Amino acid sequence: MIMQATAVTAAVAIAERHAHRPGAGIYAGRARTVLARNAVAVRTTNAFVFATGFIEPVLFLVAFGYGIGGLVGTVDVAGQVVSYAAFIAPALLASSAMNGALMDATYNVFFKMHHQRLYQAMTATSLGAMDVALGEIAWAMVRGAAYAVGFLVVIGAFGLVVSWSAVLMVPAAVLVAFAFAAIGMTLTSYMSSFQQLNWVSFALLPMFLFSGTFFPITVYPVWLQHVIEALPLWQAIAMMRGLMLGELDGGLAFHVGYFAVLSVLGLWITTRRLDALFLR
Amino acid sequence: MWLGEPVIAAHRLVKQYGDFRAVDGIDLAVARGESFGILGPNGAGKSTTMRMLTATLQRTSGDLSILGHDPATAGPLIRAHLGVVPQQDNLDTELTVAENLFTYGRYFGLPRAYLRTRVDDLLDFAQLTDKRSAKVESLSGGMKRRLTIARGLVNEPEIVLLDEPTTGLDPQARHILWDRLFRLKESGTTLVITTHYMDEAAQLCDRLVVMDGGRIVAEGSPAALIREHCPREVVEVRFGSDRNAQAAEQLADIGQRHEVLPDRILIYTDAGEADLQRIVARGFEPITSLVRRSSLEDVFLRLTGRSLAED
Repeated sequence: MIMQATAVTAAVAIAERHAHRPGAGIYAGRARTVLARNAVAVRTTNAFVFATGFIEPVLFLVAFGYGIGGLVGTVDVAGQVVSYAAFIAPALLASSAMNGALMDATYNVFFKMHHQRLYQAMTATSLGAMDVALGEIAWAMVRGAAYAVGFLVVIGAFGLVVSWSAVLMVPAAVLVAFAFAAIGMTLTSYMSSFQQLNWVSFALLPMFLFSGTFFPITVYPVWLQHVIEALPLWQAIAMMRGLMLGELDGGLAFHVGYFAVLSVLGLWITTRRLDALFLR
Repeated sequence: MWLGEPVIAAHRLVKQYGDFRAVDGIDLAVARGESFGILGPNGAGKSTTMRMLTATLQRTSGDLSILGHDPATAGPLIRAHLGVVPQQDNLDTELTVAENLFTYGRYFGLPRAYLRTRVDDLLDFAQLTDKRSAKVESLSGGMKRRLTIARGLVNEPEIVLLDEPTTGLDPQARHILWDRLFRLKESGTTLVITTHYMDEAAQLCDRLVVMDGGRIVAEGSPAALIREHCPREVVEVRFGSDRNAQAAEQLADIGQRHEVLPDRILIYTDAGEADLQRIVARGFEPITSLVRRSSLEDVFLRLTGRSLAED
């Protein structure tokens, strides 16, 4: 027999504790329950799809770093001479953080939003839009960061890590993944078909190829260099490369600020979108 | 039978999308412990009303109070009091049956230890105990509905709102579901149910409103609505689609009122058997004939000029 409370139930007591906090209408302080849902659901994820995210940058490193690298020799980066493999490794790490976060924040989020109607179910509870947004973005971040850390272990094993500051690539990857997840989920919230998601993939390929991943952007005219420097992947690559080579300067602070702003902006817009879609 | 303040009170409630008024100024009052129905055809504004009552859709104008709170400002707090069963199942297909209940409880912030026993109780209530580790996709339509209802009960809600709970289910699954809803009602839970099934409304609802075109066209208990809008009995006669209209003219003096539908004539009367005999005595030979009591279906036909179950 089902019990029926006439007094204040646990769920109501919890909601009442939160009701007077600022922003109570959009955030109940329970993003972790959304994150936990994903941690339980992950075992149904196709392990092969998950694994390709780890393998892809390793394949690029071997083919380009050691294959093409044999023809290129060394590269001069801001006064330091490094092997070609060491030149592209931080860039591949940045893009694996990006790809992992975006894969989750685009395709998976779209599926949950439109096919599973998962956010409709979540917003029918005492969760707010920001709980859902933050929980989902945090999960996409976990995936992006996992790829990046996995790749960091690989380049460590290849002996490409030369500076102690390379350890800081881990928190940097977390930040980059969060920012890409936040922006990715923002974009997804405006999309109404799977075809539109392909535009994201379509935009990613040139960004991956031309953001200083495989060659310095000094080969471009100055105006084009500035355009590329404004793009998030170049920012991520420049940050990772600086950390790998031990260049801790003002540029690093700028990159961190850049991703902090993207993160906050993406989280805020996603929250507003989920609120408009499911709670207005 | 009013038990204090209504738990849901709406006054001139409107939801407008562009030029279209999905809900066009309705008044509602639902008492605690009551089982309240919103009846109407597809597109009447039932689901839009329901979403406003569940604090997941904001009104365009009018007043709405749920348990004394305004959903425009206290959405999460109101939703903590509610159990919601949406029209389309939105169970989490990446989780098992038990995980669905547990995870949903966590969204409300309920502690893990509490949920472990609560999930067992709910599985028992939904008759899904032996399916606890099953994937959602493997469940039948009726089981999914029961799981969705059980999920809506995880926070011990004071009000459970069900949007077309049995649409798409076979008769047996419907009866199992009705039985579960009766138990909820007996335990004192306030129920709000939308439906386009007249028998469901008659079975489950103490009181109901009939909606059409975004407005409320009638309100009352099922019995009172029938009494108010229809004579006691209905004679249904069929003469074949090409002869119905002509026959209806010649039978105009029989009964209190007629509805001529494409496939049959409905004659509303207080004396069904006697009137059927008069029809036969006049030399008419209906292909089929039936005398039955008036139902909510007839009320709806009377109020809107259309039949409900056309889908």
